[in-house]
Amino acid sequence: MNYRRSYFIITCIAFGFAFLYIPILSMVVFSFNASKLVTVWDSANSPTLKWYYALLHNDEILDAAWISLKVAVINASGAVILGTLAGFGLARFTKFRGRFTLNAMTTAPLVMPEVITGLSLLLLFVAMEQLIGWPAGRGLTTMTIGHMTFSMAYVTVVVQSRLASFDTALEEAAMDLGARPVKVFFVITLPIIFPAILSGWLLAFTLSWDDLVISSFTSGPGSSTLPMVVFSKVRLGVSPEINVLATITITVVTLMIVAVSLWMARASRLEKPV
Amino acid sequence: MKRTQYLRRFGITGRGLVVVLPYVWLLLFFVVPFVIVLKISFSDIDLAIPPYKPLIEWTAKNALAIKVNFNNYAFLFTDSLYLNALVNSIKVAFISTLLCLLVGYPMAYGIARSKPSTRNMLLLLVILPFWTSLLLRVYAWIGLLKANGVINNVLISLGLIHEPLTMLYTPFAMYVGIVYSYLPFMILPLYANLEKMDWQLLEAAEDLGCRPYQAFYKITLPLSRNGVLAGSMLVFIPAVGEFVIPALLGGPNALMIGRVLWDEFFSNRAWPVASAVAILLLIILVPFMMWYQSVQARESAGAR
Repeated sequence: MNYRRSYFIITCIAFGFAFLYIPILSMVVFSFNASKLVTVWDSANSPTLKWYYALLHNDEILDAAWISLKVAVINASGAVILGTLAGFGLARFTKFRGRFTLNAMTTAPLVMPEVITGLSLLLLFVAMEQLIGWPAGRGLTTMTIGHMTFSMAYVTVVVQSRLASFDTALEEAAMDLGARPVKVFFVITLPIIFPAILSGWLLAFTLSWDDLVISSFTSGPGSSTLPMVVFSKVRLGVSPEINVLATITITVVTLMIVAVSLWMARASRLEKPV
Repeated sequence: MKRTQYLRRFGITGRGLVVVLPYVWLLLFFVVPFVIVLKISFSDIDLAIPPYKPLIEWTAKNALAIKVNFNNYAFLFTDSLYLNALVNSIKVAFISTLLCLLVGYPMAYGIARSKPSTRNMLLLLVILPFWTSLLLRVYAWIGLLKANGVINNVLISLGLIHEPLTMLYTPFAMYVGIVYSYLPFMILPLYANLEKMDWQLLEAAEDLGCRPYQAFYKITLPLSRNGVLAGSMLVFIPAVGEFVIPALLGGPNALMIGRVLWDEFFSNRAWPVASAVAILLLIILVPFMMWYQSVQARESAGAR
């Protein structure tokens, strides 16, 4: 294998990453800007932490963040269960009735425009309420169901591809030694796919935490999530507090990603000698 | 064993129990909703809660009447707003997909050909923005593009321009936003495909007298076809129905179908019209989704 350096490719990569990261860095820098104009640097009073202080005392944003957190945690946990079952089924059972449909139903949400998913879920909830009286009104429950429906598709893909890259020899060996399928799953398969389940959980959490469109359709009065509050603020223009929020988000995500990838690198090193 | 045979006769198997939960969930919350959207797209707008008339009604004479009307669809085709929005959305999504491919292909190629140690680092850098909020990343562009934003300030202080450029709330801003947000979706499938490439083929081609661009055009590009298609679908299909980016960066004149649907629903409370828009959009997008699924199937079959 040769790793050839071409100046054209290196330039492309450099520009590509500049394009991806300059907007993010600009938010971080201007979160320390004292000026209310956000993008005009007030060199007399900056850098300052005053917008950080303001954000931590903004009840509207904090309440919304609490709602988003609750929905995201429940969603991620539910989506991981559903997605792991679906991913396991699709990867390990090559033939069963409804395989094609299940495959289609787990691929479509990945690309389906969110406005369509959101509208259809809302109309379902309204129809269900008319028919059976549940869910009564819209709020956290309907929002969580909506989020689980599209984020489980992502978990399915992650789990399925992890299982596809592992051959079935270990599982077959355990079965030959007399382990029941359920025991094989919990003792052999689950530890193998645990990294995929963990990244699936984080992915589902992030998707829910970020979602604006499906939340807007399926939420009720008094259950505005963080993206909904941010969206209504951002529509009116830039706001220094949103830069602070972005900086905090970026810091948390970066730390998390670095921690998880270090942990996975270690896990895969431990895996190799076997 | 008797018991399992007995259960099996009714289609209850261990395997069945594994998939039944996700299956039923998706059927109920993903497929059934579309049937309801279809139903409501045929009903009348009503000033009630919910704001549509039932399709099936008991008439005064105790007879069942089914009222299907195509008014909502007729309305979509008579008011030029909807068709214009639809055509414009497809155009914007198509151009954005090409731009993503143009920016993303060299990046994916470069990452696939770099050393394994740098490769993981670069991949991480591609994925990282995807994990931070889309809304906040689109918001960042408002700060960069607006009249007294970062780009204008830099250009003015360098003396390159004297008046700030109008960039925010233009089609340009919308394209930048879409390409920016969807770029990782293009790079990742392309990378996954290029990573499996046998680079010795390129060496062979060059030994046989191929120029590098010829080798690329004749070997790399055709072999990465599935990656190109998968990445393009992952950008194109959701971009057609995109709402957030045109709403924040495109300005009031950015006519995108996702936004029209949103406004019909939230501002006009015209649920049946919004449903008809959704059905129309689905009819256009479903063939692309099926194409995407077959590309994925081919790709994973090739991997084995």
